[in-house]
Amino acid sequence: MNLLGKLTWSAIPFNQPIVMGATGFMVLVVVAVVGWVLLKGYLPYLWREWLTSVDHKRIGVMYCILALVMMLRGFSDAIMMRAQQAVAAGGAQGYLPPEHFDQIFSAHGTIMIFFMAMPFVVGVMNFAVPLQLGIRDVAFPTLNSVSFWLTASGALLINVSLAVGEFSKAGWWGYPPLSELQYSPGVGVDYYLWSLQISGLGTLLAGINFVTTILKMRAPGMSYMRMPVFCWTSLATNLLIVAAFPVLTAVLAMLLLDRYLGFHFFTNDAGGNQMLYANLFWVWGHPEVYILVLPAFGIFSEVIATFSGKPLFGYRSMVAATMAICILSFLVWLHHFFTMGASANVNGFFGVMSMIIALPTGAKVFNWLFTMYGGRVRFSVPVLWSIGFMITFVIGGMTGVLQAVPPADFQLHNSVFLIAHFHNVIIGGVVFGLMAGYNYWFPKAFGFALDERWGKASFWCWFIGFYLAFMPLYLVGLMGMTRRLQHYDNPAWQPWLIVAMVGAVVILGGIVCQVVQLVVSIRARKKLRVTGDPWNGRTLEWATASPPPAWNFAVQPRVSGRDALWSSKQRALATKDEPPARVYEPIEMPKNSATGFVTAFFAVVIGFAMIWHIWWMAGLGVFGAFVTLLAFAFRRRSEIEVPAEQIARFDRAYQAGAAV
Amino acid sequence: MNISVAIDSVPQDALPSASEAGPAPKRIVVAYGFWIFLLSDIVMFSALFASYAVLVHHTAGGPTGAQLFNQGTVAIETACLLVSSYTCGLMSLAINSRRYLRTYLGALITFALGAAFLTLEIREFASMIAIGATPERSAFLSAFFTLVGCHGLHVTLGLIWLAVMMLQVAVMGFDATVQRRLLCFSLFWHALDIVWVGLFTVVYLMGVSP
Repeated sequence: MNLLGKLTWSAIPFNQPIVMGATGFMVLVVVAVVGWVLLKGYLPYLWREWLTSVDHKRIGVMYCILALVMMLRGFSDAIMMRAQQAVAAGGAQGYLPPEHFDQIFSAHGTIMIFFMAMPFVVGVMNFAVPLQLGIRDVAFPTLNSVSFWLTASGALLINVSLAVGEFSKAGWWGYPPLSELQYSPGVGVDYYLWSLQISGLGTLLAGINFVTTILKMRAPGMSYMRMPVFCWTSLATNLLIVAAFPVLTAVLAMLLLDRYLGFHFFTNDAGGNQMLYANLFWVWGHPEVYILVLPAFGIFSEVIATFSGKPLFGYRSMVAATMAICILSFLVWLHHFFTMGASANVNGFFGVMSMIIALPTGAKVFNWLFTMYGGRVRFSVPVLWSIGFMITFVIGGMTGVLQAVPPADFQLHNSVFLIAHFHNVIIGGVVFGLMAGYNYWFPKAFGFALDERWGKASFWCWFIGFYLAFMPLYLVGLMGMTRRLQHYDNPAWQPWLIVAMVGAVVILGGIVCQVVQLVVSIRARKKLRVTGDPWNGRTLEWATASPPPAWNFAVQPRVSGRDALWSSKQRALATKDEPPARVYEPIEMPKNSATGFVTAFFAVVIGFAMIWHIWWMAGLGVFGAFVTLLAFAFRRRSEIEVPAEQIARFDRAYQAGAAV
Repeated sequence: MNISVAIDSVPQDALPSASEAGPAPKRIVVAYGFWIFLLSDIVMFSALFASYAVLVHHTAGGPTGAQLFNQGTVAIETACLLVSSYTCGLMSLAINSRRYLRTYLGALITFALGAAFLTLEIREFASMIAIGATPERSAFLSAFFTLVGCHGLHVTLGLIWLAVMMLQVAVMGFDATVQRRLLCFSLFWHALDIVWVGLFTVVYLMGVSP
């Protein structure tokens, strides 16, 4: 028996210059960052204040950093694919061999959905939801840290697959029988499965945490109909996570059993059924779309109300639309494979349900428009992203409704028309929303604003680049181009694919602008310093300092209506009374914990060992995780008390600063 | 003065509605969060149930449920699990009144019944594997072993959890944290019962009915 399972030196792809170049670059960056941290002596600070932090704001920021880093990785894959398709026409083979191209599109989808969009969404919710609810932290702070670190473990495993072994070539959803051992004997699919299982567990725990937080932990007076819309959409998203992610866990576990123990869930022989996988996968996969986009809807609602200086138009209809989407999202999964061969009635049902989703979504778009109507709109960066979203998302929504018609879908299924559609809604909806949220809440998180000019430049690059990159795909899709072509023989497609390539380059310009924006803003942070309420905000997160102290609010806020901060500001203006002197009390805060970090370490060990069939190491990993859990269970003190004087000192300084 | 009059005399607007009362006490938050976890766990089981329902007739020429299932063993398994839920309830009562001996006794019986259930299940699996009815044999058997095995895995984890909790009671006494965890454990144990009832019906009863 081999002590290292399937792992040998041949697992490292020395013979592939592109892979080795990327690996070398990645290793260099990691070594540089770690070296810098060690040399500067930042490690104790990093460990104390970030890696072991259970503060929801810190965890939220770490989620967002993870997402931004993984976006660079996922985007490199994207631009490589666009470059390949721009040149590989006629007899040309391009520069990427098929087995590498297959890994790239699989990695692109997996990374962008699970390790870019998901962490970004969860990160923004982590940061903003407790502040908007007027509370000190989430329901289970240590569990929150575990969630984050499990997600990071999954991301790490994906990146390891670049250097050690290979990644899946079976697409981001890994359909069997291609993903079965018979057709994918390598470790690629195992990397895919284990990283998704580990990060999926993290996401599920985050979902449980947030449902509990939103339903049980709101500030006094904050009834359901007084919650900011972002909290409502977060509630819907986390309900979807709780109801959908277990199905993903189950279906991936079945595929793992097929691959590791010779089960026959989805195999060609012994009665396996591949469409069972497709059904279960999309029972998770379609709600996942709304898991991503609902928080973006919430961000737009906050941004548009704030920057229009008006309460959100149609709050109740917004809430109803959100919850309607939450439920409908579970009734449409079959539209991902109308071609399965279900009866006309079944396809008809799912087609109609898919179209019905357009109604609540359309109601939302009109609510945003009516909010802006008659308001004094400030065209700041978050607003640009919001308007760009409204235009782009409506187009994406319409092509979606088109594909909800089963006969049309039979033509469009598996074509790049579909690729154009879902990038249209995911970039136009989720990414634009996250960018709006990033620019909107950044000053709250760090105490200084992001540079407006570079922010606008970034928006315009993304916006124009998006149309250049994806509108041509609608066209070549209608011309019959199927997805995932490493090369093609129809020369008529090539001009359009070159335009798409140019679009990807323009988007790259947008990403560069974002990096520059961040660097410029950090360097000019003294000049960009903001108070607690830089945007003249409406909700409670703007009622405290920027960045907020660990305890969020010096005195527990009490809520008496919607837009809690806005109404109290109006009251203060109307009465001109001195606010009553604040009475400070000591606050119990959760203690830092290394549990999340250590659990994630063992999760990586387990995942890596299982991928390479190193059974003893997997056993050690499970044992280590169990001991970590025991250590957590037997710890004596889980909370520390922040003395009232400390809170009073901080708050008086903040009040004095804010008054200037 | 009777109590209902006392409540009526409180002006309505002085009573904040439950949704405006502010953060709930920790005991409620923890139990609520655990309920949400249990719901997610049941969703996972529902995916396994659905797979079983799809694959139950895909026996690929191998044995069917009617040929494999032994009603007698399953009846004893069911009895063990249901009675263990009852003793788990007795343990909860003992915890509420902070009686160590009764708590340990309740836990011990619960553990023994759970272990008996598990032993019978493993023997059932072993006897099936011995006659070649392994999960590799057919899609039906893959789904069967996964669904029933996943429940068995949950019972195993429950037993480990129970043992750790008794250690915690011994070391830390009935402090608030330990009490909350024991509350979650009992929720978990009862939920496994509910899953088993579904499993017993769908797999064993419907499996042998013509």
